Amino acid sequence: MRHGRWRFLLAALAPALVLHAVFVLSPYAQAFYLSLTDWTGVAGQARFVGLDNFARLGADSLFLDALRNNAVMLVVVPAATVVLALFLASMLHGRRPVRGASAYQIVYFFPQMLSLVIIAVLWGFVYNPNTGLLNSGLRAIGLDGLTRSWLAEPSLALIAVMAVVVWSSVGFYVVLFSAAIDSIPKEMFEAAVLDGAGRWATLRRITLPLVAESVQVAFVYLGIVALDGFVLVQVMTVGPGGPDGATEVVGLSLYRTAFTYGKFGYATAMGVALFFAALTLAVFALRWGRRSTVETA
Amino acid sequence: MTALMQRPVRRPETAAAPRERWNPLPHLAMLAWAVVTALPLLWAVTSSLKTDQEILNEPWSPPARPHWENWSRAWTAASIGRYFFNSLIVVGGALALTMLLGSMVAYALARYQFRGNRLLYYTFVAAMFFPVFLALVPLFFVVQQLGLLGTYPGLILVYTAYAVPFTVFFLHAFFRTLPGEVAEAAVLDGCSHAAVFFRVMLPLARPGLVAVGIFNFLGLWNQYLLPLVLNPDPDRYVLAQGLAALSVSQGYRSDWSGLFAGLTIAMLPVLVAYVAFQRHIRAGLTAGAVR
Repeated sequence: MRHGRWRFLLAALAPALVLHAVFVLSPYAQAFYLSLTDWTGVAGQARFVGLDNFARLGADSLFLDALRNNAVMLVVVPAATVVLALFLASMLHGRRPVRGASAYQIVYFFPQMLSLVIIAVLWGFVYNPNTGLLNSGLRAIGLDGLTRSWLAEPSLALIAVMAVVVWSSVGFYVVLFSAAIDSIPKEMFEAAVLDGAGRWATLRRITLPLVAESVQVAFVYLGIVALDGFVLVQVMTVGPGGPDGATEVVGLSLYRTAFTYGKFGYATAMGVALFFAALTLAVFALRWGRRSTVETA
Repeated sequence: MTALMQRPVRRPETAAAPRERWNPLPHLAMLAWAVVTALPLLWAVTSSLKTDQEILNEPWSPPARPHWENWSRAWTAASIGRYFFNSLIVVGGALALTMLLGSMVAYALARYQFRGNRLLYYTFVAAMFFPVFLALVPLFFVVQQLGLLGTYPGLILVYTAYAVPFTVFFLHAFFRTLPGEVAEAAVLDGCSHAAVFFRVMLPLARPGLVAVGIFNFLGLWNQYLLPLVLNPDPDRYVLAQGLAALSVSQGYRSDWSGLFAGLTIAMLPVLVAYVAFQRHIRAGLTAGAVR
């Protein structure tokens, strides 16, 4: 039996481990070394340049645009999505059951089922200045003055992209928060009503503290989404990344630098910078999460 | 807890009723978001049945008569059918391989004690916390050197490698909660280790396998970054790649109806499958997030 045990373990673990080592571990490990070279893709011609790539990143205005846009998305997207989703989830689970609540959940979840490419192509049409759903809708109700070239104006393009990210994410978090609200004992709401708490007080004093853990999960996931943004920007925006860097994101800079310009060392340095940015944020999020759970406990 | 909630509690409705007027705000808010969510999707579906003239001149009106030929044009002339087929092969292969390898690793690490068990577990799971962008450039050259660039096996292996860590993470917790007695009884009856796994433990883990399977299917079906870099041959484009390419090329040719038809063909099967299994899918996906 002992012999069979080791043979089984080897058969169960070895194939996955080989795949993992070749396609996951080795690329990640190589990335840290490549980011310190000026490699352009020719085998054996990677010259070690130390931290030069990172110094150049600090002066690369397009990369700085990308960092700024990802930072803006990091501030706006999670907050807007969580507020909207919490609002809808608490409406869906008021003190009385709302008729059609499950039908609403089905519809809200639709965007979660679609690939980001489909969403990007679709919203590219919606934003089309002449024939798009948005502008023609505005014209139909007489608001011609509000029509814009949503993706062509530098001051609007990033907002338009973020609106799509929020549109595509809200439904998932409505369902997540709904499940959390459902698990709160009904007696707590009833007690609150007896104590004379209004709708707003119930939300603030009972619902919010008891779904805090789900909200934290939501912030972490949405933070990851906000640091990416590649697919929407690459498929939907002019340039892509335009107009004039207004919607550039780090992933797009990296992709273009590597696979259009062939500057593989420099592109990898962007990846390493992105990794450390994400790591810093994760550490902060963990600290903040631990403190706030201690407070509620 | 459940016993408490099912017991007929004296509801304070009589006390609260006078203060609770019917409030239209929740209904209006929920209806508004439902419209915002569904309208672009409905618009795409109706536009896919219109002529280009109708799309350009009357964006909000339904078609005078449905033009199904847009769909067949998108399927054949715009190669949506081929992209669909490519996606099916790559995602089907990767999903099967991911579930097999992921469940074996999760089971071995969850139910067997040996030196290095923890280290192996963290080696797999840690990969979930690194951005794929970091690995992108070296990964391209690894795949190129293996001669797998732009091939089905190449995509299937890479998809699998990147889907296994979450699968292991999810199923590891699942296998830990399964009762050990059943497995021990099977061993006493003379089952081999592999037989215990495939005949006893895997069927017991079905709910977990379904949840993580749905999660993986959607993640792999919607993958865009990996094929964009690793799959440059237009004949082997997966659906997401094909649609993105189509939106550029059809835009030049102003074949809007064909593009809307392609979009609808890509969108509808997923939405129909979702409506059919919506409860499982929502439960599976949100369970994946909370874990």
